[in-house]
Amino acid sequence: MHHGSQRVIARADLDHLLAAIARRGFRLIGPTVRDGAIVYDDIWTSADLPAGWTDEQDGGHYRLRRRDDEALFGYAVGPQSWKRYLFPPTSVVWRSGQDRAAAEAEAQAGPPMAFIGVRSCELRAIAIQDRVFLGGQHVDPVYAGRRESAFLVAVNCGTAGGTCFCVSMDAGPKAESGFDLALTELMDGGRHEFLVEPGTGRGADVLNEVTSRPAGRPDTQAADLVTERTAASMGRQLDTGGIKDLLYDNFEHPRWDDVASRCLTCGNCTMVCPTCFCFSITEVTDLAGTEAEQQRSWDSCFTVDHSNLHGGPVRVSGRSRYRQWMTHKLATWIDQFGTSGCVGCGRCITWCPVGIDITEEAAAIRASDGDTGGGIGGNP
Amino acid sequence: METLEHELRSHPFVGDLQPAYLTLLASLARNVEFAAGAFLFREGARADRCYLLREGRVALEIATMARGHIIVQTLGAGEVAGFSWLLEPHEWQFDGRAIEPVRAVALDGDAVRAKCEEDPRLGFELMRRFAHLATGRLQSTRLRLLDVYGTAHATPH
Amino acid sequence: MQPRTEAARAQQPWLDREPWRVTATRRESHDTVTLELEPPAGRTFSFQPGQFNMLYAFGVGEVPISVSGDPEAPGPVRHTIRDMGAVTHALCARQAGQEVGVRGPYGTHWPVAEAEGGDVVVVAGGVGMPPMRSAFYHLIAHRDRYRRIVLLYGARTPADLLYPDELSSWRGRFDLDVQVTVDTAAGDWRGGVGVVPDLIGSAPFDPAATTAFMVGPEVMMRFTIRALMRAGVPDERIFLSAERNMHCAAAMCGHCQIGPFFVCRDGPVFSCRALGPWLRRREA
Repeated sequence: MHHGSQRVIARADLDHLLAAIARRGFRLIGPTVRDGAIVYDDIWTSADLPAGWTDEQDGGHYRLRRRDDEALFGYAVGPQSWKRYLFPPTSVVWRSGQDRAAAEAEAQAGPPMAFIGVRSCELRAIAIQDRVFLGGQHVDPVYAGRRESAFLVAVNCGTAGGTCFCVSMDAGPKAESGFDLALTELMDGGRHEFLVEPGTGRGADVLNEVTSRPAGRPDTQAADLVTERTAASMGRQLDTGGIKDLLYDNFEHPRWDDVASRCLTCGNCTMVCPTCFCFSITEVTDLAGTEAEQQRSWDSCFTVDHSNLHGGPVRVSGRSRYRQWMTHKLATWIDQFGTSGCVGCGRCITWCPVGIDITEEAAAIRASDGDTGGGIGGNP
Repeated sequence: METLEHELRSHPFVGDLQPAYLTLLASLARNVEFAAGAFLFREGARADRCYLLREGRVALEIATMARGHIIVQTLGAGEVAGFSWLLEPHEWQFDGRAIEPVRAVALDGDAVRAKCEEDPRLGFELMRRFAHLATGRLQSTRLRLLDVYGTAHATPH
Repeated sequence: MQPRTEAARAQQPWLDREPWRVTATRRESHDTVTLELEPPAGRTFSFQPGQFNMLYAFGVGEVPISVSGDPEAPGPVRHTIRDMGAVTHALCARQAGQEVGVRGPYGTHWPVAEAEGGDVVVVAGGVGMPPMRSAFYHLIAHRDRYRRIVLLYGARTPADLLYPDELSSWRGRFDLDVQVTVDTAAGDWRGGVGVVPDLIGSAPFDPAATTAFMVGPEVMMRFTIRALMRAGVPDERIFLSAERNMHCAAAMCGHCQIGPFFVCRDGPVFSCRALGPWLRRREA
């Protein structure tokens, strides 16, 4: 994206931007305050956005706090990710008596969606899930239908969250690609404007319908400063150097026992994680037993029966299940998909009821790399 | 005698003993044959010989009241049937029955034991081989106790 | 976002399911049934030995079942199913004329071509025999491409041995070495009693030029691998078929993972070289 095409729009004109997108038939989905959190839901105007709100996040802790300004995107991330729209928590993947064409049509049913306020970590997470659901030999029709038509309006973070570590995962804080438009909220010197960078032709078309001025040096520099400030204030950090081999080589590290003594295997982390993709298929019939459908719903490797075989599950202990999740996220994902599965959004840390911190666990293992519990009975 | 020695040398259980021991054992051995169905030994009887199997198949069996004879192990050429002769109480723990015609070299258990007392080196060599054998049998038995075919998985459902 | 190609569009897992007809059923043992399934008219189906189909029982669910027939024989496709849960129970109860939903084949296959020119040791334990049988058919159909062929088959009791007629005819051939063993047997059993790994030591194969294929309970496979390697067969020439919970067979649902591998896509056939480290890790 060459900087020559960047424009600046006023806060007041943001609604025109949203309207221009809605005119094209998109259903607008964006952040809004509800139930003491910033969640993603249908929005219609900028009045629905969480103006003046920020989030205070730490291990097992999330609170909304008032800002002393009216920034629209002055928070990090809420409990939900865009995955709930692209890979819905429940959906029907097959219906008896329905032919392929009808099934494909159903998979694509509903107005195309526009995601407003997608963070860089979330863009990266969407790209990661693209590999899972679209990038292999098989394609998921539900994900494909929603993903193909989705319009993405990214936002470059102006605030780093207390549990954020996108910098460590090379997933932000600046959105580099994968968006139709990217906004950076500029509030320096008393103004309230947005630097807008088009990422696609259709993004540029939308921008053309909104009053804007060309972006100048003060604007791009202000935006760079926002990014720098955010990058410098990450709440967490994770050393990814050789992390795949680190985790592969420490399969019997005593830290796993330590985290197992705290982990409730509740699976919250997998629910809030924007890249977790496990699902189950359940067969459902009508009362007469003449029609059936297969329903897909989010699953979690933390459940005991996730690894069920007829003799019982393979991963019986909570220890093995936490280890499975973390090793998959940071290590085996790399062998499977060529990238880490983690984007450093920090949700798993914030939403863990006991505040287990993936960055802390990784650091603890790294600090005593090779430890097998020592003493008598240490595992080989 | 030469043929017995030759047979011992080609039996994996004792074949790598030094030649002097093979000669010694040959002097305490003889060729035996069992027709299919014949018993090599019976549970409870005095255990006084060791069978180095050359041909055929032997079943180690337990006779039960409710379920008839249960085979707990089969042994074939190159294997050894019977080591109850080696240790107290010198009593067979199972029935040993030929389920195919069997040819074996039978060692005189009492005599071999006496020679082991005289020559501890020979005793050590035989004990080592029997320990190895016993561990292998124990391993197999443990694996069967797992009943892996029963409840555990085999292949896609 | 690139638009999907037509080829990709065709690979949408659940939409690939089609109704096949049961043409015949055969009871193999007290808890095992073979279904012969015919695809819808005009649909051709081919598979490689080791691959599996997802079989769907309407109203109950779907499970992965290896294809156990001859890959080169025309006609209905055979699947041997053990009754172990709701879905397999429903499948085992299917009668000729009824329908079963089928999609597939999925997964990797036994490297029968790579094994040519050397000895092949085929090891099957329990319900491991059906997936092994499709490979065995291939080996004997192309007998001249291999040197020695050894089949080692273990089951719980003689009554649990599958395909006894075929076993007998294979045992009768001079160009095949077939050894059968069970965990326990009644006194009238004339075969072996003992565990499969113990058969390796006396089986006639040249470890330096042998490929081994095995399917069976994980414990059996682990100890058989050990026995093979002790005999000198290198781990890159030992192949096993792994099993894990499967919901999608499309490398998406995440259930079938062993370490970085998706059993539905990178398996079920794996070399010991690749899978070994993960099999050795407990609760991996």
